[in-house]
Amino acid sequence: MASAAKKLLMDPFSDNNPITIQVLGICSALAVTVKVETAIVMTLALTAVVTLSNFVISLLRNVIPSGIRMIVEMAVIASLVIIADQLLRAYLFDISKQLSVFVGLIITNCIVMGRAEAFALQNPPKESLLDGLGNGLGYGIVLVAVASIREILGFGTWLNFQLPVGENFMGNGLVLLAPGAFIILGLLIWGQRTISKYVED
Amino acid sequence: MREDTRTITFAAIVCVVVSLLLSVTAAVLKPAQRANEAFDVKRNIVKAFGVDISAMARPEIEATFEKHVFEDKAGDLPIFTWTDEDADAPSKYAFPVSGKGLWSMLYGYLSLESDLETIAGISFYKHGETPGLGAEIEKPWFLSQFAGKKLYADGAATDFLVVKPGSTLTETSVDGISGATLTGKGVQALIQKDALAYADYFKSIKGGN
Repeated sequence: MASAAKKLLMDPFSDNNPITIQVLGICSALAVTVKVETAIVMTLALTAVVTLSNFVISLLRNVIPSGIRMIVEMAVIASLVIIADQLLRAYLFDISKQLSVFVGLIITNCIVMGRAEAFALQNPPKESLLDGLGNGLGYGIVLVAVASIREILGFGTWLNFQLPVGENFMGNGLVLLAPGAFIILGLLIWGQRTISKYVED
Repeated sequence: MREDTRTITFAAIVCVVVSLLLSVTAAVLKPAQRANEAFDVKRNIVKAFGVDISAMARPEIEATFEKHVFEDKAGDLPIFTWTDEDADAPSKYAFPVSGKGLWSMLYGYLSLESDLETIAGISFYKHGETPGLGAEIEKPWFLSQFAGKKLYADGAATDFLVVKPGSTLTETSVDGISGATLTGKGVQALIQKDALAYADYFKSIKGGN
């Protein structure tokens, strides 16, 4: 049991990573990875949402009428996202300004809906909770990796700390734009799949 | 038929629970959110008056605002005045500026020295420009260029320009941002537009002095 739980939690980190293997959640992976700080807050928000939504949907899995299954899932996810957004605006105002619409867009993040449909509907609450936690953090690892590369090359800082790059350091404008994020993400996916020997069927 | 009733009941319960949860959350958090938004505006007005707020904590900025800044009306337009300690008359004036950038609306405040011609400072607090490029408009290196430039001359708005970086600068122009020419053009346009909108007001108080 312990190893099964560990597998649920750890698999999404590499062997079944939502971004690099399943290629879900790409939109926000491009949008909020200009700086490490926003990537971390986005990770926390998404992890909270996917963990709780998996848990709630798993609790309801035997009573949700099949006809309105997806709408109920949407209602649960949307409510959790709105609460997360409201909390950020009340307590982390500056960061919520930077994340702007992207917290709201967690609702449409395929990872959340995907885990609800693929996992929480068939599994008990405890396992679903671990699965949500694992997937949220697996998403976060890739987000922070992309953000680290972009912030270091683009600004010469990491988590807003100035790195010793010298006064003549010129930030690379390309990595700060969406195409730069695509290139970095592509390289990460390539690296990840080479290591884990994953091949698309 | 029984299945239908169950579906509708379930949907109704979900609606009620979710709406209760959300309205309670919204009601509980509203005061904190309002306070944040109000503070954000104050912080940017203080910043536009040329105060270095980078090392100031929130209570300090609030106190500075309460002590020095007064909100007034220029006809239908809002205006903020800055009064130095122990002074009777305001020494600086600030007004909101806004306009289109490349991707988004830019919102900020611009302040004038007591001569009502020279820019004392400018700040932008809301925009959706590209980080690292257009978003440089909120960085000190860009904003600090404006202090000392002429917004008005002889009672009329000057032809204020944001030019290509490296051009020869005059009293009425500042360097733009490499890679963000259009954001710079937006800044130029919004400064010119709002300078015109407030020209009559500043003329009138200048005449009164």
